[in-house]
Amino acid sequence: MKNTLKVVSMAAAVAASSALAGEITGKIKINGEVPPAREITPIKGDKLCGALHTKPVMTRTYIVGADHGLANVAVYIKAGLPAGKTYTAPATKPLIDQVGCVYEPLITVAMVGQTVDIKNSDAFMHNVNCQAKVNKGFNFAQATQGQVNPRVFDKAELAVKLICNVHPWMSGYVHVFDHPFFAVSDKDGNFTIQGDLPDGKYTVEANHLKSGMVTGEVEVKGGKATLNLELAVK
Amino acid sequence: MSFSNPHPSQPVWLFRFAALVALATLGLVCIGGLVTSKGVGMSVPDWPTSFGYGMFALPISMWMTGGVFHEHTHRVWASGVGLLVVFLARWTAGSASRKTLARVGIAEVLAGVILMQINPLWKGEAHFLLGIGGVVLAAAAVGWKNAPASRLSVRLAWAAFWLVQLQGSLGGLRVVLDSWAIGGTTGGTVFGMIHGCLGQVFFVLVTCLALSLSGWYSRWTRNATEFRESFWVFLGTALVFGQLILGLWMRHQHAGLAIPDLPMAYGQWWPKTDAESLVRYASRREGVDAITALQIHMHMFHRINAVLATLAICMAFRFSRNLPHGHPVRTLGSLWLCLIGVQFSLGLLTVLTDRAADIATAHVAVGSLTLALGCWSCWAVRVHQRQFAEENRVLAGSVLPEIPAVR
Repeated sequence: MKNTLKVVSMAAAVAASSALAGEITGKIKINGEVPPAREITPIKGDKLCGALHTKPVMTRTYIVGADHGLANVAVYIKAGLPAGKTYTAPATKPLIDQVGCVYEPLITVAMVGQTVDIKNSDAFMHNVNCQAKVNKGFNFAQATQGQVNPRVFDKAELAVKLICNVHPWMSGYVHVFDHPFFAVSDKDGNFTIQGDLPDGKYTVEANHLKSGMVTGEVEVKGGKATLNLELAVK
Repeated sequence: MSFSNPHPSQPVWLFRFAALVALATLGLVCIGGLVTSKGVGMSVPDWPTSFGYGMFALPISMWMTGGVFHEHTHRVWASGVGLLVVFLARWTAGSASRKTLARVGIAEVLAGVILMQINPLWKGEAHFLLGIGGVVLAAAAVGWKNAPASRLSVRLAWAAFWLVQLQGSLGGLRVVLDSWAIGGTTGGTVFGMIHGCLGQVFFVLVTCLALSLSGWYSRWTRNATEFRESFWVFLGTALVFGQLILGLWMRHQHAGLAIPDLPMAYGQWWPKTDAESLVRYASRREGVDAITALQIHMHMFHRINAVLATLAICMAFRFSRNLPHGHPVRTLGSLWLCLIGVQFSLGLLTVLTDRAADIATAHVAVGSLTLALGCWSCWAVRVHQRQFAEENRVLAGSVLPEIPAVR
């Protein structure tokens, strides 16, 4: 009898948590003629970096996949979350890797208070110069291969720029939010915002470094919603 | 124009040493320009240490990595120039300078020790003070007895002595305070601009010191001639200085390529700066950074000022042809015209080559030389004006006919 009660209460707890979990899925498309990517020529000119690539390294301003899907777009809830509610930063640690003298990924999303690991996978030195405007900037060197320096951003801020002055073409961006409902579009422009997102109406914003921002309204019902957004080439 | 030095009180080797320091300073301006052109100023995040290593102890493998090469070379070169300037001051000011040097050196060493005691976080700044204090004390310890050079040279040497230390400190602050917010911008930008501007002034000062020690300068006062159109020399120099400040602002605010076409700007004589136009301009370039209206306006002012400075120098050249052969303003006028021609071309090339680092740096270096020549010309004008007035006063006293002014 006791065991039966335990099973029933566990099932109820799972059901309750799944009722809280919600997700918004969708696709970001790009309209207009996308300028072709250009080769980052200084990489070739650098003895150490050039040796790591057999193919030309191209700019990643616009990465367009199937059906005009646009990659590297930060998608996040802009409005509609319960006022005054605070969220705990996820325990997962997004990784920003410097590999082949390029930041991977180009776009990272994190929550205020969440630890972001910054790694140097190259066998030579990089420096990480954070040019935050709201958060406190930092600049440190990573001289050894595999070195990881964790960093925490304590304020919400869009497009915090990280650059390497040792190799000035290297840059990456971190979007920092005060809630955990964000995602980055994949190579085909698809995204999924997951988490304990209650049913309700939300404003979602898509933010691309070059194309700018676009917002859309969405209603999460039964823990599910779909939203497709379109950006224009700028 | 011969720089050889016939004056017995100012040894020729002192002039040669001063000329070497001026050349080394021009090299430093070039390397500093390259650091900004390539955007590698913060590749070494600490100062005065480099990645925790002492200035001269950085492993070669780290020094040779990417932008570290330029930034660390700039630091080492600057230390060398600092050392040369301190010993130049000692030589120029004569053995009488030893007391002053000793006092300054002790004060700097003490300040370094105190700074380290107050706050261990200021260890870097303390080491900097200990370093320069040590060099100044070493100069004071040179027991060789020598007479000071002319009063003017001694003054210029002391000015260079203080300025080189201030310039070194500003270079350090540019690194240490890089991420500080100052008036809507960063400490790195503010101190970088002041450091760049003072670098040009320091270069001009050192060239003036070398000039004051030269034989050519000692012959300037012969055959004094009034130059009534000297306005153009002063105007040209002021415009060149203004142009350097505008250029510095553009380089540190990344406005060099805010306008990519020539001679028009986005196909207009004065580009629109409404929000829609700015977005359109930004879309034309590869990067994701926005273009601001201020960047556009400053770029346009830089272009207009370039034309005005060139015209003023052309006028100065035109009127300097009326001066007798061998007059320093006439000699300098020809050189100045050549330099502004080169500088104007480099400015065009900077835009047309998408701000290639080498071209942009050459533009900075030739700009420094153009400013130096302008300052020399102004100086020559003043020297001749004074001498002319003095001779006229003497002649008027002895009721002799006036020396005709050359127009």
